[in-house]
Amino acid sequence: MIYLDNSATTKPDESVVRSYTKVATDFFANPSSIHIAGGEVEKLVSESRKQIASLLGIHEKEVFFTSGGTESNNMAIQGIAYAHQKRGNHIITSAIEHPSVLGTCQQLEREGFQVTYLPVNETGKISIDDLKNAMREETILVTLMHVNNEIGSIQPIEQVADVLKEWPAAHFHVDHVQGFGKVSLPYSHEGIDLMTISGHKIHGLKGTGLLLKRRGVTVKPLFYGGGQQDTLRPGTENPAGAVSLAKAMRLALEQQRNYPSVGSLNRTLRDRLKEIPNIQINSPDDAIANILNFSVLKFKPEVLIHALGEEGIMVSTKSACSSKQNEPSHVLLACGFDTNDTAAAIRVSMHMNQSKEDIDTFLTVLYEKIKNIEELMG
Amino acid sequence: MKRVYLDYAATTPLHPEVKQEMMEALEGTYGNPSSIHSFGRESRKLLDEARSEAARSIGADFSSIIFTSGATEANNLAIFGVARAHAHKGKHIITTQIEHHAVLHPMEELEKEGFEVTFLPVDESGVVSVEAVEEALRPDTIFVSIMRVNNETGMQQPIEAIGERLKEHQAIFHTDAVQAYGLEKLDVTALNVDLLSVSSHKIYGPKGIGFLYRNDDIHLAQQIFGGEQERKWRSGTENMLGIVGFKKAIELLEKEREDRMTHYQRLSEKFIAGLNELSIDYHMNGKKEEHMPNILNISFPGVEVEMFLTNLDLEGIAVSSGSACTAGSIDPSHVLKAMYGEKNDRIYNSIRFSFGIETSEEEIQFCVERISKILNRLLPNHTRG
Repeated sequence: MIYLDNSATTKPDESVVRSYTKVATDFFANPSSIHIAGGEVEKLVSESRKQIASLLGIHEKEVFFTSGGTESNNMAIQGIAYAHQKRGNHIITSAIEHPSVLGTCQQLEREGFQVTYLPVNETGKISIDDLKNAMREETILVTLMHVNNEIGSIQPIEQVADVLKEWPAAHFHVDHVQGFGKVSLPYSHEGIDLMTISGHKIHGLKGTGLLLKRRGVTVKPLFYGGGQQDTLRPGTENPAGAVSLAKAMRLALEQQRNYPSVGSLNRTLRDRLKEIPNIQINSPDDAIANILNFSVLKFKPEVLIHALGEEGIMVSTKSACSSKQNEPSHVLLACGFDTNDTAAAIRVSMHMNQSKEDIDTFLTVLYEKIKNIEELMG
Repeated sequence: MKRVYLDYAATTPLHPEVKQEMMEALEGTYGNPSSIHSFGRESRKLLDEARSEAARSIGADFSSIIFTSGATEANNLAIFGVARAHAHKGKHIITTQIEHHAVLHPMEELEKEGFEVTFLPVDESGVVSVEAVEEALRPDTIFVSIMRVNNETGMQQPIEAIGERLKEHQAIFHTDAVQAYGLEKLDVTALNVDLLSVSSHKIYGPKGIGFLYRNDDIHLAQQIFGGEQERKWRSGTENMLGIVGFKKAIELLEKEREDRMTHYQRLSEKFIAGLNELSIDYHMNGKKEEHMPNILNISFPGVEVEMFLTNLDLEGIAVSSGSACTAGSIDPSHVLKAMYGEKNDRIYNSIRFSFGIETSEEEIQFCVERISKILNRLLPNHTRG
């Protein structure tokens, strides 16, 4: 079995799972309880928070545990919009964001907010000039993904943060879900106010995630209830989830040293795919190394995905969060690909320890399957 | 030191079989259920099975279960979801003064947004009356939210009768069943509710997972936007490990519910008998009828609760003065205030003992003896004359 769908989700690391089960079993008390058992668990949660803060070089009070990337993105975007709507109602994002960002922005539009969707060029990147031109006095939020989940294009986050330093009323939220553990960001950059990280994309567990929020930045919470997490994110904490996430993040940053070898796998993929007729590479040359998006022209991607699946190879069409829809990818459309190509896209996404053999097998099987199907279709 | 945990209403440990199930499922749950390849399909199957189990446990349809990150989120989704989707029919909401903060605080937020919320009082036993709900109902009432069993006192609320009364009214009816679910067999049709919240970590399942039951006819305003998960009622990649553990916890609960109730009944009788035997001066908060036996909320006249809790803690006994979610502070309980008023001593001298499936009679005996010992130290003349 060769799993090449790591941008959809990853296999939890064994040591992460061990941390989770140990805490869930041995430290089960409610961290908000004032008795000794509760205090011990509370200490584990706050230790996890400190570890994460120190990994990123930020303050522990800037770390908020959530149920995952979608909640973090919603908390950041809704949170800024509703807390700052008296100062302005303009939000800037891009056309290629994840559905959890686009869906939230579209909802805010229905409620009267104005949203600018920055275009991207054929390499899937926004332009800093477009951003500067879109900025207004009423702009309260800019929300951009660091790495695109379908094609792997990398946005110039640091440059955007530099621009936004000059706009104190505009908050900057970065969806770092696909970038963390592959390409680092300047986490303590004063132009970045909020950042989303997800556990299950970095060999952590589903249902774990973070919102990093700079101190002094006000957001309106999504939920109300107990006093947990400064009342910004109430609900009994998931201490086992928190400990496992801190561990997954530490391991992901260690694994980042393998990024160059994933880069060479990416080059192998590109070189060999180019030799197959009718294949078009959709990921830009400077995309993140672990994601490669390509189209096999005239082929329905589902057919190929099932054919590969029969041989135990897992790849995907686009984002799992929108893979049920038979519509062309909004990301590829935004990059200017025509619909025939976009409908046929396949995404290969690797983890940081992917082997050369996996990639070789994938390429061999893909080649055979394309040939077989072509023969069948005459 | 011997340690006795009597705070099961705050949270419960993972059942060993739940842990086992989660460990075994790890390989199977690692696909993303939204992925179309076989890994995704395996996760999807587990997700569907869990949804069926959850639905079956409350006599509901498969499509009526929305998995959430826990009961706080489920309550918030119910409250904001109804208020924002039905505001055009009216802006009046009814709840009670004894709800969990995950209901009270969203209600206060709605008040800021222009909704009018009636917080119904309760009687001295901690129960809201059907008549009080009837009197508070107005043509513009759109929502009623009343918990099934109170988390501090264990007192059961007359949800069936209130639901019956609301059948002829436009108001949508929600019950926070977090404490009740682990004790009594609930059926959404018998309860006459449209929405019902449940948490996994109160029934020996993992933390970070819960569900909201939603009657298929009820429209909610979506609160978390994104992918198409949970039929768009709650976006975000599903917490598969949590869901698999939750499912097992539900299965065990269904199998053992009656035995558990008998066990709690025996423990609470033993506890009360122990207090009587040692001539400890106490008052039960609540009343015997409509009371769930896993929770005993007891007032010890003359003690100062913070000092008492610390002493119990040092003796190895973990209990609480109220809900854990008041996080660290020992503010007087809003539930006891609603029952006895602001000035009654009971709001300053009451402790909640809550029992679980692992609690033994020996632990109860140990606890009662330590209570007596501590009271003798703190209040040398405390015993009943």
